This record gives sequence, C-alpha cells and structure tokens, in this order.
Amino acid sequence: MAAVIKLENVHKTYHTGEVDVLAVRGVSLEIASGEFVAIMGASGSGKSTMMNIIGCLDRPTEGRYFLDGTDVSHLDRDELAAIRNKKLGFVFQGFNLLSRTSALENVELPMLYTHDHVPAAQQRELAMHALQIVGIADRADHHPNQLSGGQQQRVAIARALVNSPAVLLADEPTGNLDTRTSVEVLGVFQKLNDEGITIVMVTHELDIAAFTKRNIIMRDGLVVNDTLVERRAVAEVELRNLQQAQQAVKLSA
Amino acid sequence: MKIGATLRMALRALRRNKMRSTLTALGIIIGVGAVIAMVGIGNGAKSQVEAQIASLGQNVVLVFAGNWSSSGARSGWGGAGTMTVDDALAIGREIPGVITVSPEVRDRQQVLANGLNWNTQILGEGPDYLDIRQWVLTDGAMFTDQDVRSTAKVCVIGKTIINQLFPSDDPVGKVVIIRNIPFKILGVLTPKGLSVMGTDQDDVIIIPYTSEMKRVSKRTNLSSINVQSASPDVSDSVQRGISDLLRQRHRLGQNRDDDFTIRGQQEITDTFTATTNTMTVLLGAIASVSLIVGGIGIMNIMLVSVTERTREIGIRMAVGAHGRDILLQFLIEAIMLSSVGGVIGIVLGVGSAELLSVWKQWPMVISASSVIVAFVFSAAVGVFFGFYPARKASRLDPIDALRYE
Repeated sequence: MAAVIKLENVHKTYHTGEVDVLAVRGVSLEIASGEFVAIMGASGSGKSTMMNIIGCLDRPTEGRYFLDGTDVSHLDRDELAAIRNKKLGFVFQGFNLLSRTSALENVELPMLYTHDHVPAAQQRELAMHALQIVGIADRADHHPNQLSGGQQQRVAIARALVNSPAVLLADEPTGNLDTRTSVEVLGVFQKLNDEGITIVMVTHELDIAAFTKRNIIMRDGLVVNDTLVERRAVAEVELRNLQQAQQAVKLSA
Repeated sequence: MKIGATLRMALRALRRNKMRSTLTALGIIIGVGAVIAMVGIGNGAKSQVEAQIASLGQNVVLVFAGNWSSSGARSGWGGAGTMTVDDALAIGREIPGVITVSPEVRDRQQVLANGLNWNTQILGEGPDYLDIRQWVLTDGAMFTDQDVRSTAKVCVIGKTIINQLFPSDDPVGKVVIIRNIPFKILGVLTPKGLSVMGTDQDDVIIIPYTSEMKRVSKRTNLSSINVQSASPDVSDSVQRGISDLLRQRHRLGQNRDDDFTIRGQQEITDTFTATTNTMTVLLGAIASVSLIVGGIGIMNIMLVSVTERTREIGIRMAVGAHGRDILLQFLIEAIMLSSVGGVIGIVLGVGSAELLSVWKQWPMVISASSVIVAFVFSAAVGVFFGFYPARKASRLDPIDALRYE
C-alpha cells in the first residue's frame, strides 16, 4: 500500500536562548494508507514535535517529509495552511471548538477556508453528514458548553473529517475524558479506521495505544520501538466489559 | 474565503461582547458627531458671511476718496476732496469692462415726516445704483436719469425709514423732509439686513446725487464711486484702469500717493471667507482629535480581543485559515465597529446641529460632502487602527496559539 506519510531523516532543532534543543534527531518513518498508529513517549521525547511536523504546523529543520506523495518540508505558511485544510484533520486533547458557536458551524469551519468555495447548502449537508458519522447529528444546534466532553470530542472529530482528509491526527484525544468516554471515542476512531481512514494518534497511555494497530515509541527525539499491536483492544468489547464491571459493582453494593 | 461569511463572522464576534462593542463604537460616534456638528457650525457661519457679501452687489468695484494731507495733517479716508462727478463719468466712459457707474455722496441728516423725525444716512446716487447693488424695490420705482439731470426732489427709502417714520401707512407718494426740502418718495427698498460690518443697510434714503450735492450738502466732491464690472475676470483690469485714469486726471506725479482707494468685491469676499474657513478648520481639527481618540479605543479593544481569542485564531489556522483570512477577519471587525459608529455619529451630529440651529439660532450648513467625508474617515480610522492588531493576529504561530491558555 502507498505511504501516506513518509519521513526521511527528519530533524527538528529549536534555537531558544544559548542552548539548541534537539527535539527530533533523525526520524525516518512510513505510514501507509489505512493504518491506525499510536505515537508514544514520555514528555520531552519529541512526540509532540513529531505531531506538529506531521500535522504541517511546523517544518523540519532537516530531512524531508512527503504527505500523500508531495514534499511539504519546504512549503511556506500559506501553502502549509492549504495542505492542512485539504489533507489533514486535527483532533486535540482540549477539543478546541469555537465557543458560542453551534456544533454544526464548528464542523463547517474548515470549509470556510477551502480554496474552492463550497456553496452554503452543500457545506451544511457535508457537516451534517460528518456529524452523523460520529453519531451526534441530533446535537447539531447545541453549543459546546451544552455538550459533554465526549460529545464535544465527537464534534471535533466530525470537524476533522469534513474535508475528507488523507490523515486524521489526534493529539491525546482522550486526555480530558473519563475511561468510559475514552473508550467510546476510541470506538469512533476504530470505526473510521475500519472504513479506510488513516489515523495517527499521540498518547502516553499504553491502554489507549492498545486500541491502535501499530505503536511507535519515541525517546529523546528518536524512534526506539516500532511494533504492530498483536492483541488489539476492540472498543465494543471493552465497553461491554466496562458495563459488566459497573453492573457487578452495583450488584455487590 | 468569501466576504459575506467574513462579515457574518465579524458581526457575531461583535455581538458576543455587546457592552464592549458599544463602548468602543461610542468613541467613534462622539468623534464623528463632533466633526459633523462643528463643521456644520463653521460652514453655517461661512454661508452667512457669504450672503452678507453678496448683498454688496454683483462684481462691484468700490472707489473711495482717499487720504489727503496738508502741512503734516492727514485727513483720513474720504478726506481728499479730489474725486468728482466727472471722474465717475470718465470711468464709465473710458474703461473697458465697466458696465455702469454710480457716483456716491454720503451724508447724515435729520429727516422729518408724518410728524416724526429720524437721523439717517442720505445716499446721493445715480439711477443705476440699485442694479449695481442688486437691490430691488418692493413698491414704486427708482428715480431716472431725467431726475438726476433736473436735480429732482425725489427719493427711495429703506425699510428702517418706513418703520421709523411711516409705521402705519404706505409711504409711496408721500413726502420726507431733508434739510427743509421736501423729497417725494418714489419707491420702497426690499430689506437687505445687516452689512458685513454690522451696520443696518436699510436705514437709508437714496436721492439723486445731483440733488444731494446741490440741495442737501452743497458739496462738489464725491465720497465714492460704485463701479460695476462685466465679470469677476475683468475685475483686476478694471481696477488697474481706474487707478491709472484717476492718477492721470488728478495729475499725480510718480512720487505722489494715490488720493483714492479701490476695493474689489473679491478682495472683501476673500478676507471674510478666509476668516470663516480658519474657524471651520479649527473646529474640525478640535473635533478630529476626539475621532483619533476613538480610533485608539478601537485599537485597544482589538488588541485585547486578539489576545483573548488567541486559541480561536490557532484553531482557525490549524484547520487551514491563511494569515490573510485572519487579518481580514479582525480588520473587518474593526472597520465594522468604526463605520457603524460613524453612521450613528453622523445621525447624532446632524441631529445635534439641527438642535443647535433651532435652539441657539445658529446657522448650520451640513453638506453631503461633509457627511460622506466623515463616513469615509471613520471607516479609514477602522482600517488604520485595526490593521496593527489584525496583523498581529495573522502572524501568530498556530502551535503557540493552540497552546495558549
């Protein structure tokens, strides 16, 4: 299968103060279409920097990055913005929805910045479709403060999906959620992945990484481990287990 | 990104902080309102002065008898008794571009009529005087060349004379006694109001200059000559021609000063409009300061807004907003604030100007151009003071912006 993401000897150095910080020190990596990858590591391992580079929010100081076949390592700010708009979908730990703006309008947001203008009616249709995919179409008119954390994250996923990106990037998507909601959100990711969407997720929790297909572990700016997940956790099963466990607690009480 | 979507977005952002938006716009409202009202007052004063100057007549050149000195004593203006009726007639005959002249003698006399008396100005004039001054009669007729030749005892009178001497009946055909000589009233003048200098132009009795010189004041020289030139363009050449002619007729040598003074209407107009223009500019400048302060208010609020919405900017950039999209978004918010403030300011400025003109009886002239300029200027204030904060927003790094708490 063709590589959607291809990193060739990528370095990232930050010049802050007198000491140069070598955040990423030569990473080569290929992620094929349809993969579900977790990038793991302790804080300071360089995983966030990697995420920013993969997400075209930042450029490598050295090395090359091919996204969906095109070299994006030397594009300027505006060109990167266009790439983010077309090829990438972001899901953040803090949801990052626009407050006092309905779920539907939040999902429409990326289409506002699409180069080829999408008519308003079609924008609405596409946004509703994305909300249906994540199972929250009935809350389209709600504002973020009227939604639970899990629901907000679903809206964020819908927003990430709406421009049919090549890759969905998730940065600690379950960091602000309780276990049960986390599993639900991971279920959404697994469903999307089953439908062929490539997902790259940054996390520092092993049991979250267990829901993906491939784990990449980073330390000190280098990839130290890159393995396929053998016994993949399935969200539906885990959810059922959680329910049973809860019921058991109730019965024993 | 489409401009319609940007406008809607800006409107929503401004509505989100109603109180803050209102207060920010208030700075512009007061600024624009002040500019409109102040310039209205200035232009009102100017139009009033212009109307007064127009009451002088059309294309008038005034020739005054000048200064005369004898063994060190100087007579002051009008003291030189050298200007004659022949001078006036020569001007009318010989200088190209002169339409007509009216020799003028001024005098003050106690006049009697109807058992009442009044001290007023007696003007001895030619029959064309009213044409020169663009003065019309409400009633009756002007005296004629024939009256001038025959030193007829006839006159036309101003409104003030009627008020003082004929409070209740029609004066035309009646008699007014000047220096024991009865003058028949031929006509009544339309009121002209105050002159540029503030004197009552209607407090006057006009009689033929011949009658004035031979019967009333018994003098042989003129106070001044009213000259009407064909157009404002020839005014300068007419003035030069009069000067040359009079110097020649009065036999003034190279080193002698003029014994007359010539004033074109344009000069008088220029002097007074320069004064009122200065006033308008001054008032406008003072008001503009408040507009600039309003602009700084917008800049301040937009900077706060950019800081507050750093995360929003980050989100928008992450999903693909270009720097210019963000720039446009914040710039349009600033322009919207300032131009909505501008429109309300215009309404308020026009309203308060109207109120002042009714209440204080001040003349107000609010021109369409001053309204348009005020609006464009207020929008420009938005662009100018909104640009820096908007640019700051557009230059944010998306990674830092997303992490901003």
